[in-house]
Amino acid sequence: MINMGPQHPSTHGVFRLVIWVDGERIVKAEPHIGYLHRGSEKLCEDELYSQVITLFDRLDYVANLNCELAFCMAVEKLMEIEVPERAQYIRTIFCELNRIASHMLFYGVYGMDAGAVTPILYGFRERERIQSLFESVTGARMMHNYFRVGGVNEELPDDFEQRLSKLTDGLKQGIDECDGLLSQNEMFLARTKGIGTISGPDAIAFGVTGPALRASGVLEDVRISEPYGIYDRFDYGIPTGSQGDCWDRYYVRVEEMRQSLSIIDQAVNQMEAGEILANVRRIARPPKGEVYIRTESPRGDFGVFLVSDGTDKPYRVKVRAPSFCNLQALQHMLREAYIADAVIILGSIDIVLGEVDR
Amino acid sequence: MTVEQGVYYALGGLGLFVFLSVIVLILTWGERKVLARIHMRMGPMRVGFQGTLQPLADTIKLVTKEDILPSWADRRVYWIAPVAVFLPALLLWVTIPLGRDLVLRNLELGLFYITAISVLSVMGLLMAGWGSANKYAMLGGLRAAGQLISYEIPFIMSILGVAMLVQSLNLITIVDGQANYGYALVQPLGLFIFLMAGLAELGRTPFDIHHAESELVGGPFIEYSGAHWAVFFLAEYINTFTVAVLIVLLFLGGWRWPEMPFSGAALSALSALWFLFKTALVICVIFWIRGTYPRLRIDQLMSFGWKMLVPLSFINIVITGIVLFYGWPLWTLTVLSLVLLGGTFYLIVKNPGTSIERNTVTVHAIRATAQPPVPETASETEN
Repeated sequence: MINMGPQHPSTHGVFRLVIWVDGERIVKAEPHIGYLHRGSEKLCEDELYSQVITLFDRLDYVANLNCELAFCMAVEKLMEIEVPERAQYIRTIFCELNRIASHMLFYGVYGMDAGAVTPILYGFRERERIQSLFESVTGARMMHNYFRVGGVNEELPDDFEQRLSKLTDGLKQGIDECDGLLSQNEMFLARTKGIGTISGPDAIAFGVTGPALRASGVLEDVRISEPYGIYDRFDYGIPTGSQGDCWDRYYVRVEEMRQSLSIIDQAVNQMEAGEILANVRRIARPPKGEVYIRTESPRGDFGVFLVSDGTDKPYRVKVRAPSFCNLQALQHMLREAYIADAVIILGSIDIVLGEVDR
Repeated sequence: MTVEQGVYYALGGLGLFVFLSVIVLILTWGERKVLARIHMRMGPMRVGFQGTLQPLADTIKLVTKEDILPSWADRRVYWIAPVAVFLPALLLWVTIPLGRDLVLRNLELGLFYITAISVLSVMGLLMAGWGSANKYAMLGGLRAAGQLISYEIPFIMSILGVAMLVQSLNLITIVDGQANYGYALVQPLGLFIFLMAGLAELGRTPFDIHHAESELVGGPFIEYSGAHWAVFFLAEYINTFTVAVLIVLLFLGGWRWPEMPFSGAALSALSALWFLFKTALVICVIFWIRGTYPRLRIDQLMSFGWKMLVPLSFINIVITGIVLFYGWPLWTLTVLSLVLLGGTFYLIVKNPGTSIERNTVTVHAIRATAQPPVPETASETEN
């Protein structure tokens, strides 16, 4: 019996995995979560709607803007607010950039899990570029608190479009470079091909969503099955795998970064000047009622269930965290794996503990 | 043994120790700088010019650090282990020459001595794993034992190929045998096997499974800190240097430079420098491999060792024997080796055993104008 974590460098946070081994083979694995539980959902009930956004930043701390978006959309749906066009485009661009940043982090850390020391620096280089662009707009590198109910907080700086086009050019090259560095590496293939497979029906039964589900060959993406925002205006691709193994889960993400770039390019071309914030009272008071909203975060189907009792604070907020649901499949994927595979498989699900434990 | 001899060996041993320590300091700095270049970083920059004093600062830190003894540890085994790893690493150097005269004691059976001593460090790693009373350390120790013992065979066999060519186990004779060309030209296959087995012996990427930072978090060394960890570290880098030196000695012609225009002390100094330069190149290749490749899994490592390297090393010996027996010109050996090497790479890349399907990811185009497609399998496969 081996105890992995909560203080283990490869559990991507404070995650604990107890594994029973026979030599190097895993007989049984038992995940333990809850080391990062902060009671975020309960905290939301004591905050104004505008303050809750900051709590959502801290759920999936690798893809904060996608979390903010989900909450803002939930409130907007409840209050029936029409978000201005320009704000929609800004949101889309930022969420897709955030998706690339998140996948870049995954890329780097995944290389590290496989034992390669170089990818992490390439991944972080690209992520750094995106973060410095975010910083110039939102003032923060990670906890942006940029989206508002009804739009976004601030107008973009004057040189934003030049900076963005420079960034996307750099990213295009960077993604190709990262792809070339790791994807077809013989040893990386040996480590990830056919490891931790999960079939499409199994993945659906476990509630797996996002890249991990698409890697199993299921064409499911909230952006196309229930288009929200302005996603129905763009031409892009949804990558799916066919084996459902670690390599597919890895490569689906690499491809997704390319598709996100194409969405960003289209969005920049379509974007026009205009309002960035709808006319909403500063202290929002949604009418009584409840709403559920689904968005596609980099990790999967990020859902927010919001109940309002008509006051300025939410009555109940429930988050459907994709990391949490994807983690359910870990035991299934770990069957008959080796100890070294455990790290690879866990990495391929790409969990963020802030979201798992909330 | 006379008094003079005793003094000679004592001073020589001390000198060797100091020399190797300095080499290790340079190696750690060099590794960090080379890796940093691969990573697009600067590497250490703060301490001294270009961070050259960083290794010294690290040493001071390590020596002054608290030495931790886990309460469950087997105290004696735990403390002896670093020494048991370090001593063989140092003992190897008794017979390794850095130049014609720069050797402590040139043994007639030098290569035999080296192969015999180098196996000993496995014991130290096992002891470290056992003594730490830590599951990760134990796993790491056992992995190290399995790995080192199975890679010992191709390691020795590839050395044997060279020894057959020279008809001697004396390292200086071997270098002299390469007066005109290095044996890398005659035995490229032997060089490949030696490099792979050497990397595995060192526990370096891609064979660093007994450290395995991502799953075993340092393997046998997990509980060690301070000076004792530093001893492991020293041994590891001395071994790296040793393998690089052996590659230069056995395959790259050692200190030989055709027609060196000097004599006496100048010749010795120059040839030692030339030798160290070659070694540095080999070490850079080792670092380069570290920067590029992920780690193999234990079963893959074993199957690579037993199914690939061991047969190859035997074949290498057989073809060397055939060529020598029939007195064919040596270039036939080169051709045979290259053909085998090419075949090996072909096998590795094609990987017929598992037939890796490379591109399993397809991109479905989503058109803005079209109706968003209904997710395919979702409705049919549920429940």
